[in-house]
Amino acid sequence: MLELRALSFHRAGQPVLDGIDLRLGPGEFVGLLGPNGAGKTTLLRAALGLLPARGHSSLAALPVRERARAAAYMPQGREIAWPMPVEALVALGRIAHPHSASAADRAAIERAIAALHLDPLRHRRATELSGGEQARTLIARALAQETPLLIADEPIAGLDPAAQIDVMRLFRRLAGQGHAVLASLHDLGLAARHCTRLVMLHQGRIAADGPPEAVLTAQNLARVFGITAHVAPGPGGILFQPLDTIGGGAP
Amino acid sequence: MTAPRYPLLIAALSLLVAALFLASLLTGPAGIGPGESLAALFRGDDLLALVMRELRLPRAILGFLVGAALGMAGAVLQGFLRNPLAEPGLIGTSASAALGAVLAIQTGLSATFPLALPLAALAGAALSVLLVLMLAGPRGGALALILAGIAISALAGAATSLVLNLSPNPFAINEIVFWMMGSLADRSMLHVWIAAPFMLLGFALLWPTRRALEALTLGEDAAASSGVHLGRLRLMLVAGIAALIGGATAVAGTVGFVGLVVPHVLRRAVGASPARLVPAAALGGAAVVLAADIAVRRIAPGHDLKLGVLTALVGAPFFLHLILRTRREGL
Repeated sequence: MLELRALSFHRAGQPVLDGIDLRLGPGEFVGLLGPNGAGKTTLLRAALGLLPARGHSSLAALPVRERARAAAYMPQGREIAWPMPVEALVALGRIAHPHSASAADRAAIERAIAALHLDPLRHRRATELSGGEQARTLIARALAQETPLLIADEPIAGLDPAAQIDVMRLFRRLAGQGHAVLASLHDLGLAARHCTRLVMLHQGRIAADGPPEAVLTAQNLARVFGITAHVAPGPGGILFQPLDTIGGGAP
Repeated sequence: MTAPRYPLLIAALSLLVAALFLASLLTGPAGIGPGESLAALFRGDDLLALVMRELRLPRAILGFLVGAALGMAGAVLQGFLRNPLAEPGLIGTSASAALGAVLAIQTGLSATFPLALPLAALAGAALSVLLVLMLAGPRGGALALILAGIAISALAGAATSLVLNLSPNPFAINEIVFWMMGSLADRSMLHVWIAAPFMLLGFALLWPTRRALEALTLGEDAAASSGVHLGRLRLMLVAGIAALIGGATAVAGTVGFVGLVVPHVLRRAVGASPARLVPAAALGGAAVVLAADIAVRRIAPGHDLKLGVLTALVGAPFFLHLILRTRREGL
């Protein structure tokens, strides 16, 4: 689905990404973790070929049109330029399929609207919605693209708890249906509970990669995030609670 | 829902344009009845037929073409830059086309060779496009394009002022100043043949960008990841706008505010969709310029009121009204 080999990107002489090797297969819901500035967004954009990075990305190597049918992308900046109705914004996902029949387009749009519970909002102007509702609209747009791989940059930031869990479950369900999802996340608790695999990024390099319990170790959390946390097996997944910063609070 | 309203809007605008086109054909100093005038279009070679075919028909055709070019270029540019305040003048094309024309008048080329003026305007437009592309760089985004356009605009404006400043010939200054106000008076079929190919090329280049403009609603990254080739889009867009604005400026001078106001007015009616706005704004622009060109002939017959003066005079207060309304709605 996605293969990155020795992917590197420098900005003003500083390495932002440094030799990233990553393979994603069908059925995986990968949470990309890391503190602010670790290179999460740069990694996602470079993987898509939106940045001129060195190294190999199987997605960036595709022609633009084919890439759009291989992976959908929800950027971090939630830009909605015009006051278009929600339904019309979700329909933008179908631009990747210029030759698709209109009935197929219609069905894909309806599935995406239903998956994000947007039916009551479908005729509202997207620019007049709350931040969380806009985020759900944009997730639905990416979903309507119906690609094997879905890449999302902080998709659940700003959503209410129920919507966050809904979206995480939806991504997990997609993975279960043979898709792959790569999402950068800041909520380690939700990531621990719902992702099949976590990739922890630290200063442009992969610090840890594996199943949640293998990545969220006391050592990794201290080294990468500078926090201590309580991690315990619980009903229906791992329970994760951050406790304290290391070094006694604010720097 | 806007779906059934959209074909209705396009049909209504088309009817309006057709009606204004007819009205433009029937407007003029020679007081002839409408039936007789229209019949003369298809008749032999008497004086009335000559007036209709060589004066009024080209004027109406140019009004349609120039208006459609300004409206379409404005809609496309606003969609691309995701900014409702963008207009064709913003990327420096209008100012550069005007500079080319001014140079042709100043050097006396236009007096010895009538085609020199439109050709120089087109050359100015094309040169500005090349410069903007070079300045903005191969991966330059919307902001780089705007900044490069502003720089080119300022440079072309200064060069035009310099020509006026140093001109030893008051008649040339007079001609330049009047030309820059924009007008469709005394144009011939020759002007139509000069401008039409460029404008048709412009329409053809911009028409297929609609899908990409729609995708750009969610930003450049989202558009690129849904299959939009941003580099190619930028090239088509700048070349298309240069052809439209270069062609329009070459035959009509600078006609302001149509490219800014028309897309703004129609945006709500098309459900804010940037793709649907393109044909709507082309028709709307044609209607506005045809109407304004009828108005300049009706309001002050014999005074040669300039088209560009009227569009700015009516357009600017109307635009202020729109801004105030938008502010009240808290958008």
